[in-house]
Amino acid sequence: MSDTSPSEKPLNETWLILGASSAIARAFARAASAEADILLAGRDRTDMEATAADLRARSGRRAGVVAFDATDYASHAATVAQAKAFAGDGLLNIFLAFGTMPSQGEIDADPALIAKVIEANYTGAAHILHVAAPVLEARRAGRVVVLTSVAGDRGRLKNYVYGSAKAGLNAYLQGLRARLFRAGCTVTTVKPGPVDTAMSYGLNDMPMMAAPETVAAASLKAAKKGAETLYTPGIWLIIMTIIRLIPERIFKKLNI
Amino acid sequence: MTRWKKMTLTGWGRSHVASVEAARPERPRDLDEAMADTASGTLIAHGAGRAYGDSALNTNGRVVLTERLDRVLGFDAATGLVICEPGVTFANLMEIFLPRGFMPAASPGTSFATVGGALAADVHGKNHDRHGGFGDHVEWFDLLLADGTTRRVDAQNDAELFAATIGGMGLTGIVRAVAFRLLPNASPWVRVKERRIRDLDEYIEAFATIRDRSTFSVGWIDAVATGAALGRGILETAEFEAHDTLPKPRNPHRVPFDFPGFALNHFTVKAFNAQHYRRVPQTGRERRKSFAEFLYPLDALHGWNRIYGKRGFYQFQCVLPDAGARAGLRRLLEAISEAGNPSFLAVLKTLGRSGRGHLSFPMRGFTLALDFPRINGADGLLRRLEAITLDHQGRIYLAKDSLLTREGFRAMYPLLPRFERVLAKVDPASRLMSDQARRLGLKGAP
Ligand SMILES: Cc1cc2nc3c(=O)[nH]c(=O)nc-3n(C[C@H](O)[C@H](O)[C@H](O)COP(=O)(O)OP(=O)(O)OC[C@H]3O[C@@H](n4cnc5c(N)ncnc54)[C@H](O)[C@@H]3O)c2cc1C
Repeated sequence: MSDTSPSEKPLNETWLILGASSAIARAFARAASAEADILLAGRDRTDMEATAADLRARSGRRAGVVAFDATDYASHAATVAQAKAFAGDGLLNIFLAFGTMPSQGEIDADPALIAKVIEANYTGAAHILHVAAPVLEARRAGRVVVLTSVAGDRGRLKNYVYGSAKAGLNAYLQGLRARLFRAGCTVTTVKPGPVDTAMSYGLNDMPMMAAPETVAAASLKAAKKGAETLYTPGIWLIIMTIIRLIPERIFKKLNI
Repeated sequence: MTRWKKMTLTGWGRSHVASVEAARPERPRDLDEAMADTASGTLIAHGAGRAYGDSALNTNGRVVLTERLDRVLGFDAATGLVICEPGVTFANLMEIFLPRGFMPAASPGTSFATVGGALAADVHGKNHDRHGGFGDHVEWFDLLLADGTTRRVDAQNDAELFAATIGGMGLTGIVRAVAFRLLPNASPWVRVKERRIRDLDEYIEAFATIRDRSTFSVGWIDAVATGAALGRGILETAEFEAHDTLPKPRNPHRVPFDFPGFALNHFTVKAFNAQHYRRVPQTGRERRKSFAEFLYPLDALHGWNRIYGKRGFYQFQCVLPDAGARAGLRRLLEAISEAGNPSFLAVLKTLGRSGRGHLSFPMRGFTLALDFPRINGADGLLRRLEAITLDHQGRIYLAKDSLLTREGFRAMYPLLPRFERVLAKVDPASRLMSDQARRLGLKGAP
C-alpha cells in the first residue's frame, strides 16, 4: 500500500519537441507519450497536427502543436511561453531534434550556406535553449535532450561545416548542463550515428543505418537516467573513440 | 526537392524483380512534391510489398513508398470511425485498438499489410461471410491524383471514382488518408475449433453449414493428397472469447537466408502436409489462441518467403461462385496434384458477397489459395488453373496474381470498362502505372 498524499503524487510531465517533423522526433514523441503529454513545435503545422492526432489516438494523452522557427530568434520567447502554459504546473522537458545537413559539396559550391548551417544547427538551438532554461530552473526539475551528431566529435574532410556546428553545440550543452545541474535539471547530449530518415534517405548507401525508433527509445531511456552523453547505437562510442585517437598528422590524409 | 533512391524491389513471391526509383515521403507535403516531381514518367504506390506479384512494382519507373506515412489521424469510439494515413499497418491497428475492443472488419492473413494496400486490393479476411471486405467499411478517402490535386472521395460525391479506387490496385492515384469503421466487441483472444475434413465433398458441406454460424472460418487443404483423399484438410472456426489477461507479444523468428532450391520438393512437402493433417486428432480439438496468432499464423516467421529459394514462388488465388464450386475445386485440385508441383500452403475459405469496387475480387463463393515454387512447369500449371477458373465463372485475385493473361482478366472482371472510363478521366496520360497494369493491358499499355 502506498500512502502518498495527493500533493506528493508525481507531477504531470510535458515534453516540448522542438523540430517535431523529423522521423526521430515523431518516434521520440510516440515513445514519450506513453507517460507524458506532448507539445510539438515546428514550422509544418499540417504535419504536426497529424502527429498530434496520432499521439492522442495511441496514448489518450494530451498532444498539442505550437509554431516554432529555429532561426526566427525573436519568436522563441512566444514559443516558450506557450509551452509553459501548456505544461501548467507540471514539469517541462525538452527534446531538441532540428538541424540541416547540406552536403560538403553543396557548401563548397555556395559558401553562403555556412551561415545557414551554423544558424540552424547552432545558433537556433542555443538561443531557444537559453530562452527556455529559466522555466526549467524555476521548476527545479526537468530534462533536456538534444540531438547532435557524431560528426561533431572530429572535423572531417567530408562533413566539417556541419560537424563544426554540432561541435559548437556540444560545447554549449556542456555549459548548459553545468548551469541546469545547479537547479536539479539534467541535460543529455545524444550523438546518433547515421539514422534512416528523410535527411539521409537516398544520399549514399551508408551501411549501419539505425532506425529512428532505436535512437528515440535509447534517448528517452538516457533522459530518464539523466545520462550526460549517449552514443546511439552503442557501437558509435567505440567508433568515435577510435576516430578521436587517430593523430591529426595521419587523420588529415584520410578520406573520411 | 524529392530525393529518389535507386533500388530493386520484388513482390512478396520474389518472382518479379524491378529496378525502380523510390521516394519515401515522411510528411504530407513530401508526397505532393513526389507527385509534382514526376510530371513525366510513371509512378505507383508501394505499401508493405505484400502483394505477391507485380502490383506494386514499376520497372524503370518510380514508386512512392508509403511506409513512413503511418499516423492515425483520428478515432471516434462512439462510431468506430478511424482515419489513417496509408502506411498504417494492421499490426499498428491491432496494437492500438484491440485492447480497446475494436478491430478492422476485414484483415488479410498478414498484419504487415498497410491500410493503403488493403484499400487498393479490397482485402478480405476469414470472416467475409459475416463482415464483408475492407472496402465495405470505407466511408471516404483522400486521393492524390495524377494532376497533383487531392480529392476527398466518398460513395455519394463520386461513386465511380470511389468504386474504381477500392480494389483498383493503385491505378487511380495515391490514397493519402482513409476513413473506415472498426468493429466493436472484439477481443484479443479467440476460441478455435479444429477438425479434420476427409475430402472435398465434406469440405463443401461443412462450409455450407458453418459459413453463416461462425464468425471466423478457414480451411487448410493438403494439396498433394490424391484419389479418395483429394481435398482433405483441417477446418478451423473461431469465436471471440473474453479472458482477463493480454496475450504475450509474439517472439518472431527470421529466415536467415534463401533456402536451396531442392529444400521444398514433392517428398518434403508430402511429409509435411501429412504430418500437419494428423496434428489434429480424429475427434478434433478446441483451444484458446491469441487473435493475432489465429489471424496471422505466418507473421511469427519473418521473411518466410525465402524458404522458396532464389527463384521465388507464385501464389494462385481464385474464387468460384457457389454453384460450380464443387466441380471447379475438384478440377483445380486434380490439376495441381497431376502437375506434381509441391504446394504446401493451400487455403480454402468462403466469401459472402461482391465487393464495392469495379475490380474487387470477392463474390459469393469459395476461394482457394496456394503457393507454388517457381520450378519448371509452374507457368504451365498456372495457365491451366486460369482456364479452369474461367470455365467455372470464377476470377483470379490481382493481389496474388503474377501471370494472368489479358484475355482472362477481361473475362473475369466484367466491370472493367467502367474502371477504364474512370482511368481515362482521372489519369489520361497514364502516369500511374505498375508492371501488373502493363501486363494486363490497362491504361493503353501496348
Ligand atoms: C502471408 C500473406 C497473407 C495474405 N492474406 C490475405 C488474405 O487473407 N486476404 C487478402 O485479401 N489478401 C491477403 N494477402 C494479400 C495482401 O493483403 C494484399 O496484397 C495487400 O494489398 C498488401 O498490402 P501492402 O501494403 O503490402 O501493399 P503492396 O503490396 O505494397 O501494394 C499492393 C497494391 O496496393 C497499392 N497501394 C498500396 N498503397 C497504396 C496507396 N496508399 N494508395 C493507392 N494504392 C496503394 C499498390 O499500388 C499495389 O497495387 C496476403 C498476403 C500475404 C503476404
